[in-house]
Formats: sequence, C-alpha cells, structure tokens
Amino acid sequence: MTTTITILFFGIAYGMILYLISVGLSVTMGLMGFVNLAHGVFAMLGGYATVTFMNRFGVPFLPALAIGCVLVAALGFVLERTLYRYLYGRSELDQVLFSFGLILVSVAIVRIAWGPLAQPIHLPGYLRGEVKIFDIALPAYRLALVGFGTVVITGLWFVFERTMFGARIRAAVDNRAMAQSIGINTSRLFAAAFGLGTGLAALGGGLGADVLAIAPAYPLQYIIYFLIVVAVGGLGNIKGPFVAALAIGLADTACRYLVPAAGSIFIFAFVFIVLIWRPNGIMERR
Amino acid sequence: MAAVPSAPPAYVALPSAGIRLLQLAPWLLVACLPLVLPGYEPLATQVFVMILFALSLDLLVGYAGIVTLGHAGLFGMGGYAAGILSVHGCTDPILTAACAMILAAVTGVVFGVAMLRTKGLTLLMLTMASAFLLYEIANKATGLTGGEDGLQGVSFTPVLGLFAFDFRGKTAFFYSLAALFLVFTFVRALINSPFGWSLRGIRENDARMAAIGCPIMQRRVIVYVISSALAGLAGALQAQATQFVALHSLSFELSGNILIMLILGGSGRLYGAFLGVPTFMLAQDLLAKQDPANWFLGLGIILIALVMLAPGGILGIAERAVNAVRTRSSR
Repeated sequence: MTTTITILFFGIAYGMILYLISVGLSVTMGLMGFVNLAHGVFAMLGGYATVTFMNRFGVPFLPALAIGCVLVAALGFVLERTLYRYLYGRSELDQVLFSFGLILVSVAIVRIAWGPLAQPIHLPGYLRGEVKIFDIALPAYRLALVGFGTVVITGLWFVFERTMFGARIRAAVDNRAMAQSIGINTSRLFAAAFGLGTGLAALGGGLGADVLAIAPAYPLQYIIYFLIVVAVGGLGNIKGPFVAALAIGLADTACRYLVPAAGSIFIFAFVFIVLIWRPNGIMERR
Repeated sequence: MAAVPSAPPAYVALPSAGIRLLQLAPWLLVACLPLVLPGYEPLATQVFVMILFALSLDLLVGYAGIVTLGHAGLFGMGGYAAGILSVHGCTDPILTAACAMILAAVTGVVFGVAMLRTKGLTLLMLTMASAFLLYEIANKATGLTGGEDGLQGVSFTPVLGLFAFDFRGKTAFFYSLAALFLVFTFVRALINSPFGWSLRGIRENDARMAAIGCPIMQRRVIVYVISSALAGLAGALQAQATQFVALHSLSFELSGNILIMLILGGSGRLYGAFLGVPTFMLAQDLLAKQDPANWFLGLGIILIALVMLAPGGILGIAERAVNAVRTRSSR
C-alpha cells in the first residue's frame, strides 16, 4: 500500500517536472516545426541560475527560481531573434546539427564556469522534512512540486485557452499562413512563445534540481525524456504532453522501484510500442 | 534569409579502366603510411574504422535522407557481438565480423520496420530511443557485456590464420584498411545503381517516388539494413583492433559525433567521410588533451557556423569555390 502511494506520488512529482520542461518544446515545435534538441539547455541554465543565486547571493529559493526563469526566458528570446529564426525553413538535419552545436557550446560554458561536478541545491527548511497526510509521510519537496506544478499548469491552460495570446498561438499552430493573413504577426508570436517555453523550462530545471541533478551533461542526459514526452504527447498542444509526462513519470518511477535490475529498459520499449501504434502521439487530432 | 543549401552533386561517376587504376593510388599511399609515420598505426586504424562507420551513416543521412541519432546502437551491437563471440571461444576475426554484421542487420530489420513508418520528430526520437534501449540493456546485462567496465578478455586468432594481431597494431592497420576499401567499393557501386538513385528520389520527394511506383517503405528498410550491417562491421573491427568493447560504443555521444564527422566532410558526397573523420579526430586528439570543455566549445561553434554559413561541409565549400572560379573564367 505504502509502496503504491510512494510510487504514485514520486511518479507524479517527476511527471510534473518533465511536463514543465517539455511543454515549451511541444508548443514551439508545433508552431515553428523546429527540431530543437537544445531545449534541455534552458532547463539546465534555469537550474544553474537558481542554485547560483541561492548559494552565492543568498537569495531565497522562490525568488531565485523567478530570477532564473526571467533571465533564461530573456536569453531564449534573444537566441530566437538572433539565431533560431534563420533556420525555420531549413532541413531537419540542419536544425538537428544547429541545436546539437548549441548543446555542446552550453555544456562547455557551464563546465568552464561551474566545473564538472553536479551543483547541490540547498532547499529551504519548509521544503525539507515530511508532511503527514492520512498517516502516510510524504516528502514536503515532492508535495510542493506537485502543488506548484498544478498551479503553473492551470495558469498555462488559462493562457492557452482563454487569452488572445493563446488563441493566436493555437491559430498559428493550425495554419500559419492563414493566421498571418488575418493579421497575426507570427514572427513576433514565435519569439514570444519561444521565450515563454524557455522560461517554463528554466522553471522546471530549477524546481526539479533535486530530481534531475544540475550538471554539465544535463542536456545530453535528459534530452531523450523531453523528446519522448513531446513525441508521445503530440506537437503544438498542452494537454497531450501533460498526459504523456505523467504516464512516463509514473512508469519510469514504477520500473525503478519494482524492477531496479532493468533500469529504464521498459520505458524505452514502452515508448516504441506507443509510437508505432500512434506515430503522431496519443492526442492526435483527426 | 540564409541561402538555401544547394543540392549535393547528383552523380559520382563510375570511372573508366585507366582512371580506375589511378584511383588505387591514394589507397596504396595510405598503405605505405607505416613506413613514414611508424607508431601511428593504432590512430590510423581508429580513423579507418570511423570512416567505415561514417560511410554507413552517409547511406542513410546523405542518400536516403533518413536522419538518425542512434547509429551508435548498431555500431555497438556489432562490437559486442564480435567481443562476446570471442570471449566464448569463437575467435576467427573474419567469421566473427561476419556474424556481427548479420546480427546488426537483424537488429536493423527489427528497428527499421518499426521506426521507418514514422517521420520527422518521431523518427528522430525513435532512432535515439533505439540506441538508448541497447545502451541500457548492455549496461544492465553485466554478466554478458561487463556493464560499465566494458567487455574484457577479447582476443582474436590471426587473420586468415596468417597475420596475428600485434601490439604495434600493424595487422589491425592493414586489416581495417582492406575492409574499408571493400566497403567503399561496395558503397560506390550501390549509390550508382538504380537502387541508389531511387534512394535519392525518395530523399528529394517521396510522394512523387510513390506515384511512379517505387516501394518507398521497402527501399528505406533495405538501405537501413545495409547501413546497419556496415555499422556493425565497423563496430566489430573496432573490437578486434582494440581487443575491448566499451559501453561508450553504444552511446548517444558517439551517435552525435559520427554525424558531426560526416557533416563536417559533407554528407551525400561519398568522399565526405574520408575528409570529415580525419579532420575531426586529429582536432580532437590535439584539443581534447588539454581540456574537454575547450573541445566541446570549439566543436559546438564550428557546428553552428557550418549550419549557418557553410552547408555541405568541407566538400561543399570546395564545390562552391570551384564553381565560382569556373563562372569567372567562362565570363
């Protein structure tokens, strides 16, 4: 019983982190059709920013998180305007190579600036320890992850479904030429969406610093998980990746607990089966 | 907008008899290398193996237009196949290399049939996942593969019963050079065959190829299997030359690196692998010794610059230079 709840709980917390990081990738890929392998870079930078502001400048956890999020969103915006947008029409191979190059550069810079070791995060007191709910002790950090994730996802849903900005994005995903011809400035929209996506990734990276360790190899090590979430969830929407992230978080956690000898073998096999059954993701619209 | 990359040249000519003899010259020159640069045989062997590996990737990326980020999965598969066979007593190098090719080809059939029905991001992700899957299996099956420590105790009997693998690496040098020559000849014939032309057609426009009756899925799977077998051969040669199989041979890093080596030289150009691999490996040998961070930084910047400014790699730059000179002189 306790094991089941632990797995459920840890799996959902992990899924929330995966979702926060990957949702921006899903939206930008759906919008611009850009294969951005370097998305994990922004999550890593968010993590480094959070940890650095906390450890070196003594900023509390939540403000540090916010600073990291804003800084990385700004960086994403600038990179979109200066580099990414010149590659939208290019071949998939060019996009893959470009983003792989970006990964290498970021890995090198981070290694030079912070060294090769993982950065420890010192969580504030209220996030350490455990909280008792119905006689089951749950770690406060993961509880906060779930709570925080829920808030962000609700906000994101609101922006996407109930604001003009969200409506524009949905219109551009569906039919870019048509959206442009009714007066939506898609170029500016892309930059804004890219900034938003990278900011969310930074938030996920900072929040999840205790789950996905902040080290130079971060973008190479976890990229496959972010891509899985996007591929399984489908491009250009925010619901699909949510279901996919939770499913993958739960499945991966369950596998690690129940069959530690198999590691993540099952998860990759599972993803293969899902994508052969539904090549365009589980939320495919017809 | 950046310039649209020009299409690679459509045709690599099959030479006439006289020129064909002349084309053997570079191979003979390279075969004389141990006389000039003794002690560099192991590095040269590494280069040959990687060129062979990059050639197999060029069939997919350059000719069939299938971008894969998991080609190391098949390379490692070949390496482990050869290594595990040798540990269990089957130590003839050519026989184990053949077995490794068959096993890699079978893996290629399984993954290829499953993956090649998808395209775009999904295909890219599945190629990555396939290599991650094999990596995890090799990592966890420590009894068979040695896990993270790599497979040790690999050794092979002399090639053809005549040439023993020596510690200076001379046998491995000539053995892998010979294998590379055979594979190169095969790949050149393949890409000039009607099959090779249909691959280019599929790369350029698969809907039209389907409309003129080309079985696209079948062609893509076939080229994937051929490429898998060649990648497996490269892995087996690596295992035989180094008498060791590392877990790294299945890694995402290697999948990425081999793609970079190919692109650096120029993909879809047959000779790109021969330029890109030595350039990459020499630079790595020089730079990574000091600090891996510098190497990553340099490589990343080169990669971004290559995509933004010089699509087509070294050969692409050379082609444009030649074209520029031609147009000027014809004026």
